[in-house]
Amino acid sequence: MEAYLDNSATTQVMDCVRDIVVKTMTEDYGNPSSKHRKGMEAERYIKEARAAIAKTLKVQDKEILFTSGGTESNNMALIGTAMANQRAGKHIISTRIEHASVYNPLMYLESQGFEVTYLPVDRDGHISLAELEAAIRPDTILVSVMYVNNEIGAVEPVEEISRVIRAKNPSAVFHVDAIQAYGKFEIRPKKQGIDLLSVSGHKIHGPKGVGFLYINEKVKIRPILFGGGQQRDMRSGTENVPGAAGLGLAAKEMYTGFSERIRKMTELKDYLIDRMEEIEGITVNSKKGLESAPQIVSVSFSGVRSEVLLHALEEKGIYVSSGSACSSNHPAISGTLKAVGVKKELLDSTLRFSLGIYNTREQLDYTIEALKELLPVLRRYQRG
Amino acid sequence: MKYQSFLIKYAEIGIKGKNRYMFEDALVKQIRFALKSVDGQFEVTKESGRIYANALSEFDFDETVEALKRVFGISGICPMVQVEDEGFEELKKQVIRYVDQVYPDKHFTFKVNARRANKQYPMKSDEINRDLGEVILETFPETSVDVHEPQVMLHVEMRSRINIYSEVIPGPGGMPAGTNGRAMLLLSGGIDSPVAGYMIAKRGVVIEAVYFHAPPYTSERAKEKVVDLAKLVAKYSGPMKLHVVNFTDIQLYIYDQCPHEELTIIMRRYMMRIAEIIAKENKCLGLITGESIGQVASQTVQSLAATNEVCTMPVFRPVIGFDKQEIVDISEKIGTFETSIQPFEDCCTIFVAKHPVTKPNINIIHRSEEKLAEKIDEMVKTAVETAEVILCE
Repeated sequence: MEAYLDNSATTQVMDCVRDIVVKTMTEDYGNPSSKHRKGMEAERYIKEARAAIAKTLKVQDKEILFTSGGTESNNMALIGTAMANQRAGKHIISTRIEHASVYNPLMYLESQGFEVTYLPVDRDGHISLAELEAAIRPDTILVSVMYVNNEIGAVEPVEEISRVIRAKNPSAVFHVDAIQAYGKFEIRPKKQGIDLLSVSGHKIHGPKGVGFLYINEKVKIRPILFGGGQQRDMRSGTENVPGAAGLGLAAKEMYTGFSERIRKMTELKDYLIDRMEEIEGITVNSKKGLESAPQIVSVSFSGVRSEVLLHALEEKGIYVSSGSACSSNHPAISGTLKAVGVKKELLDSTLRFSLGIYNTREQLDYTIEALKELLPVLRRYQRG
Repeated sequence: MKYQSFLIKYAEIGIKGKNRYMFEDALVKQIRFALKSVDGQFEVTKESGRIYANALSEFDFDETVEALKRVFGISGICPMVQVEDEGFEELKKQVIRYVDQVYPDKHFTFKVNARRANKQYPMKSDEINRDLGEVILETFPETSVDVHEPQVMLHVEMRSRINIYSEVIPGPGGMPAGTNGRAMLLLSGGIDSPVAGYMIAKRGVVIEAVYFHAPPYTSERAKEKVVDLAKLVAKYSGPMKLHVVNFTDIQLYIYDQCPHEELTIIMRRYMMRIAEIIAKENKCLGLITGESIGQVASQTVQSLAATNEVCTMPVFRPVIGFDKQEIVDISEKIGTFETSIQPFEDCCTIFVAKHPVTKPNINIIHRSEEKLAEKIDEMVKTAVETAEVILCE
């Protein structure tokens, strides 16, 4: 049996998405900027994708900007907003559990004279609204908080955060990195007070190399890519038609039969957590039910190194991540796990199991059985 | 004017006595092999103590030189122009054209060095030197002659055709592959062992490699990294067989039976034993390791003696007296450094004790190994039999 439980790293592309990607590569391959019919056909795909995405968020079509993925969306949101608003102030607020594609642009902005306050999180991975309120200053131009943490699945209180910001400094822009949340939560930027929202295609069974940034029409933001002036001058570069078409379709699919799918996924998550608890010497770092993301289960296994367990599971066709896959090229230990107070000796013993729409209960049973078989053996052999 | 051929200079093999032809033939073979990967067709010939690589078609000059620079045994590569013998006046024009194109800046000292391999040539070497020197001086007044230490030594060789060359691009030196037998390299994935393999291959030894893989403790990526390293070394040594041995069971068995501070030494002794068995099966006459005295606990003189004890073959340790930085310098030069520093664990580090023995007592090690008697021979046999062979080129 094979069990791909690394859907927060990337997902299998849906068949219908693959088909539209192939079609826009081989048949309707025009450049949307071309003046002839081929160009118009291609442009239609972009328009339809944009409309489909806008509909899932209940925002206007023109507020959706296609990018090359989550990293570019986050870069544009942070650097583009900081550059456009620096005369109003140079203070930015974020958290200690952000993804590298938020954290590193912020480090860059710090080197350019901006000041960043990083809010700590409690044991559940939530920031404190009181601390946020205290951190907001008259010169705060941007607040960036992730919707769902990629390592443990903690959900930040986005709507409350927005209310706090509005009350204290209405002109500050609120950015939400929703890369692990889109497709899993009903997101309503207008209602929740979100100004900028980053999304990636390949986390929702869409293609890699494409994503979008929702930009509230009132937000002052500058482009970070310059060139031919595509997408109303905000993001130059020939539109990635296959990517955008695929992303549009994947978004539409994810929000069709949404509640039923999420109910099932949450059930699966709860089932996985319940069965994990049959195993000795484990700590589940994620919450059951709707309190945390429906797809992420972080578990620490005492007395075994995550990388070894990961490879042992791999031998059995089970694919998971240690920490977060994006950072697993660095042997650096997870920042989020430390921030939420995972014990030091467990930091290097933590795996992330993440679900997608294709996972089944049988795969989870198979995974639990594999863990029960492997752990006693692996725990016998340790360093030193 | 374009270079059409290369004169290949070789140093050490020129010294060999009656079996000199064997070394030359091996070098010709290696040059042919190296040029196969280059765009263009070449003919490699041996002619009265010289080796020529002549282009038979259009070719990429830089790519060709890069390929030749990796052939052990070559000490210098001289790009050469060949002209027909159409009389001395015509030769003067050719020489002037050559100098004009190869040296845009004419401020240099030179000397003409003519050789009459064709003794029928109507002029003596001295006359040719003098007359060609004169015409160069007349045409390019910025130049001057220095017969003792010229900046440019212009060689003009009278053969069936006439060869003109003046540049010497240094080659890697060493001896051609296949002239010094075969040895088995213990390749780990670190910085030292690829360098050790390179150094022994440079002496004309054909090398094979063995890698100890310990899944799930070492990852598939760690293995891929070793394959990549073997391919990089193979650019110099020629195609290399990599034997991947699954070492997990043996390692765990040692872990179960022996004191933990002796794990590394005992493990290394079994690696040497297994490497030697595979070496014998593949007609290798020696083992190669990247050990350097004192670098880690298992490389103290006492530890080296303890691991060496199990081998009956000679063990070549070409970097034994090198400092880490000296090894790093070579690995950067040969292009293995970037790959070596990728952070994947190898099987030497996964179970390493907090305080491994640095001065192992051989009698104690023997006693510990007795505890393995029950199963170890069978396990070693299985490890050898199930080794995967990957051809790296």
